[in-house]
Amino acid sequence: MVSELNISEHKTPAKGNGRKMHPHKFTLWVAIASILMMFAGLTSAFIVKSNLVGWRTVTMPDVFWISTAVIVASSITMQMAVRAFRQRVMQQYRLLTAITVLLGLGFVVLQYMGFHELWKNNIRFIGASGAGQFLYVIFGLHAIHVIGGMVALVIMFGRAFFGRVKQYSPVPVEVMATYWHFVDILWLYLLVFFLIVG
Amino acid sequence: MSDALHIQPEVGTSHGAHHDEHHVHHHKETFITKYIFSQDHKTIGKQFLITGIIWAIIGGLFSVLFRLQLGFPDQTFPILETFFGKWAEGGRIKPEFYYALVTMHGTVLVFFVLTAGLSGTFANLLIPLQVGARDMASPLMNMLSYWFFFMASVVMIASMFIQTGPAAGGWTVYPPLSALGEASIGSKAGMDMWIIAMALFVVSQLLAGLNYVSTILNMRTKGMSMTRLPLTVWALFFTAVLGILSFPVLLSGLILLLFDRNLGTSFYLSDIYIGGQALPNEGGSAILFQHLFWFLGHPEVYIILLPAMGMVSEVLSVNSRKPIFGYMAMLGSMFAICILAFLVWAHHMFVTGLNPFLGSVFVLLTLLIAVPSAIKVFNWLTTLWRGNIRFTPAALFGIGFVSLFISGGLTGIFLGNSTIDIHLHDTMFVVAHFHIVMGVASFFGMFAGVYHWFPKMYGRYMNNTLGYIHFWVTMIGAYLIFWPIHYQGLAGMPRRYLDKSVWVNFSQFHELDKMITVVSIIVFAVQLMFVFNFFYSIFKGRKVTTQNPWGATTLEWTTPINPGHGNWTGEIPEVHRWAYDYGKDGREFIPQTEPVGANESKH
Repeated sequence: MVSELNISEHKTPAKGNGRKMHPHKFTLWVAIASILMMFAGLTSAFIVKSNLVGWRTVTMPDVFWISTAVIVASSITMQMAVRAFRQRVMQQYRLLTAITVLLGLGFVVLQYMGFHELWKNNIRFIGASGAGQFLYVIFGLHAIHVIGGMVALVIMFGRAFFGRVKQYSPVPVEVMATYWHFVDILWLYLLVFFLIVG
Repeated sequence: MSDALHIQPEVGTSHGAHHDEHHVHHHKETFITKYIFSQDHKTIGKQFLITGIIWAIIGGLFSVLFRLQLGFPDQTFPILETFFGKWAEGGRIKPEFYYALVTMHGTVLVFFVLTAGLSGTFANLLIPLQVGARDMASPLMNMLSYWFFFMASVVMIASMFIQTGPAAGGWTVYPPLSALGEASIGSKAGMDMWIIAMALFVVSQLLAGLNYVSTILNMRTKGMSMTRLPLTVWALFFTAVLGILSFPVLLSGLILLLFDRNLGTSFYLSDIYIGGQALPNEGGSAILFQHLFWFLGHPEVYIILLPAMGMVSEVLSVNSRKPIFGYMAMLGSMFAICILAFLVWAHHMFVTGLNPFLGSVFVLLTLLIAVPSAIKVFNWLTTLWRGNIRFTPAALFGIGFVSLFISGGLTGIFLGNSTIDIHLHDTMFVVAHFHIVMGVASFFGMFAGVYHWFPKMYGRYMNNTLGYIHFWVTMIGAYLIFWPIHYQGLAGMPRRYLDKSVWVNFSQFHELDKMITVVSIIVFAVQLMFVFNFFYSIFKGRKVTTQNPWGATTLEWTTPINPGHGNWTGEIPEVHRWAYDYGKDGREFIPQTEPVGANESKH
């Protein structure tokens, strides 16, 4: 009883208590948790299924290693873009954003090439289940998240060039960068997952 | 204050302009920006509510149709052929039509009415008003959430008009039935449209949930600490968290289903013969889908129930003129329910060949939910106890909710035991249980909310007399319909069957089934009366003349009677106390905005 009796006696109002996060950033983190749940669902489905009869493993085409390098590089350029924005070196910021978009595009193309190679190696949709079928779905969904990030980046890039209002708040850029690093780390997780379990 | 107001300027700036206009009631908004593509949380809430009402009429009508079949399996109703053509040839509901009706009834009511229509309405309406914010953290995302729901609705409605009809494999869409178009006509194009509609629905729920969470955590007004929030806001917060973490898992399950259906993969399919033909699928697991589905499916139950619980807590406290009993216990039990909701999904799968040891773990976790549920019931009853109860329609529906939650919750204890479940699974007992505890109870919470906050939504009251008729007929009707169904289930009568008349031992239930059908028609008619009351009162209801018609303490009643976009005309009020100071120091109620007096007692 005591605890609820004292509720209205809190003298301190809803203070910052150290949580100074911008609501958009906070929202992004919750969204990231949500996206993670989807991939957790898929990878746990993968684990469940890999113990059943008729499971076929898959050898990862080497091109996925190149795409890994590309997306890691894009994360670095993204971070450099954030720094350039904070220092108001807008020329550099635009350049780095453009490079990030191109690297993202390169990543998606490389993923497509990886799928192509798998397809040539007779990993198909029809027929018995196996790691390959999951790979198409999981990597495909990841690529869609990268494409989503690219769309947002292009919009930001366009604003940096043609925006009528000058942007000084680093928050949108930082939110963008957090998302971009997230899809990067998500990719590393998926890669390691497929290397170990697949 | 720093944090809460920190972000106010942002929202403030975007609406500042409108805001001044509202002062003089001189809108520059067009009809489209005000009522259609509105970013005002109150309008979006109303959009969710009215769309939900339309869906509820459709979903309810479907239940009346298949109840006709269950109650009068040997009779023909020529009018059905007039309306449904080949689906009811000769006035008799075809088996395919029956399954489509059952499937759509479940899908529509669980997702489109009791998820979008319930938490969509009241989270949008109440969160900013009760935490003291001008709007949601992102009004744009909020608007998109409604329009994704609208698109989902359009696709789902469209699926009912295609030649092969809508999805008909049950609202749980278990593969292999749902994965193979050859298996039933309800698994053809209608099933793909079902998946697309649900994917859009999930997007809508995620956009909404993100917004609710960040609004509650970031946009509370000065003084509004988390433990001063009304329980409605807490309930909606837990609801949003559940949705954010469980809907993506459903989406992943549905994506795999889409692949199995259209690209021939074997995620869920293995060793299947159809029409003597062996399919090439191998190594799939239909149980996998059930795991993914129920990982959402069980939290979904609480996504439906928690908003009702929160609103009932508020409505009962306001109308018994007493503080809510055990505020912290209410919070703790909602938190416990939220955690346990993720840990009990396999109790839907006791008879799928689940390892009995694993089953016993899930039995334990399932029965644990009885503890927070019982705490909540105790607190509602003690809130009512010796209260100065005003029996408004909202209060009656709140009390009705408690009654239904007790009755329906107790039968959950039977079903939660894996051994008893062997006898009861897939019988009408299950149908009776979840309809009472989650279906009707949540509807009662929703009705309580609609009657209670209608004055805030439209500046008018709903008609009380119609409200009382609505309550009593629905309350008595709900028990008359679902209580006997428990007996049918205990006797082993299976659910989902089109016609049970071939079993002699179920013939004892023929007259009972007729009674149930007749009562459901009456109850459905009374719901239409509620809809009439709702729309009539929007335009012709008695006008609200005071700012705080119920004498409530919470912030929504400090806004103008018809608040504009931005809610408060001046500054957002500061909060000085919790939301439940009723009957304190000889005063009937003390609003949250009133500073704590020097001589004030400590409750």
